[in-house]
Amino acid sequence: MTALQVLFILSAAVILGSALMVVTVRNLIHAALWLIVTLFGVAVLYAMLNASFLALVQVVVYIGAIAILFIFAVMLTRKEMRDRGPQLNKTWWLAGIIGLLTFGGLAWLLNNWSGFWKTAGVIPAGADTMRDLGVALVSPNAYVLPFEVASVLLLAALIGAVYLAFNRK
Amino acid sequence: MIPLSWYLILSAALFSIGLFGVLARRNAVAILLGVELMLNAVNINLVAFWRYLDPAVMTGQVFAIIVFAVAAAEVAVGLGLIISVYRQRSTIVAEDIDLLKW
Repeated sequence: MTALQVLFILSAAVILGSALMVVTVRNLIHAALWLIVTLFGVAVLYAMLNASFLALVQVVVYIGAIAILFIFAVMLTRKEMRDRGPQLNKTWWLAGIIGLLTFGGLAWLLNNWSGFWKTAGVIPAGADTMRDLGVALVSPNAYVLPFEVASVLLLAALIGAVYLAFNRK
Repeated sequence: MIPLSWYLILSAALFSIGLFGVLARRNAVAILLGVELMLNAVNINLVAFWRYLDPAVMTGQVFAIIVFAVAAAEVAVGLGLIISVYRQRSTIVAEDIDLLKW
């Protein structure tokens, strides 16, 4: 067992354990904090997959913006159901069965796929994936259009969010 | 070396946990937390396929970046909606928000 495999198993354990805490813990502030742990674990995986830019974006955007937004939302809406009452609905057992079936189905499907045990090829020395990504995002032959559409989508979503949450009184 | 299967199984498990959260939680903010877990599982898959199939073509990473942008938009609008509903009905329990139910 190589060091890389040990690192993978450790981060996988952190990711799955904290994800379970996110969906089961009673206090929503704690759930949001556990989400941050999960997101850090996923950032480690990105780094292991040589996607260094995504690892950075994961920390800056997901942890720095989205998780903080969640914590704000929890604080703004907390008065009602602090820690009283059940946090799971009456059919949570059904949701558990559906989750297990989804996992089983995906595992079965993947197990029948020929490329399942593929190992990673080496990235040739001198190849700069971060530079390639930047070029791909702004090159007219590649993904400049989806990139611009994503920015318009973000702008529209932010204006929409401000409009929705605006207090008219 | 780590085979591709490890990443795929991990992301399948993460997706299922997120699905459980979406289906079982009562609080609307917690449902959005579940959605975030599912989006992260998808992103792990995209990046793993990029790395293991063809690292010279950046499609997988570009897709992951688009997913980041969509996730940010989804959270902004979703939390705006939740705060708006909370102002009107002072509850964010998903089953009590039945304005559209006939």
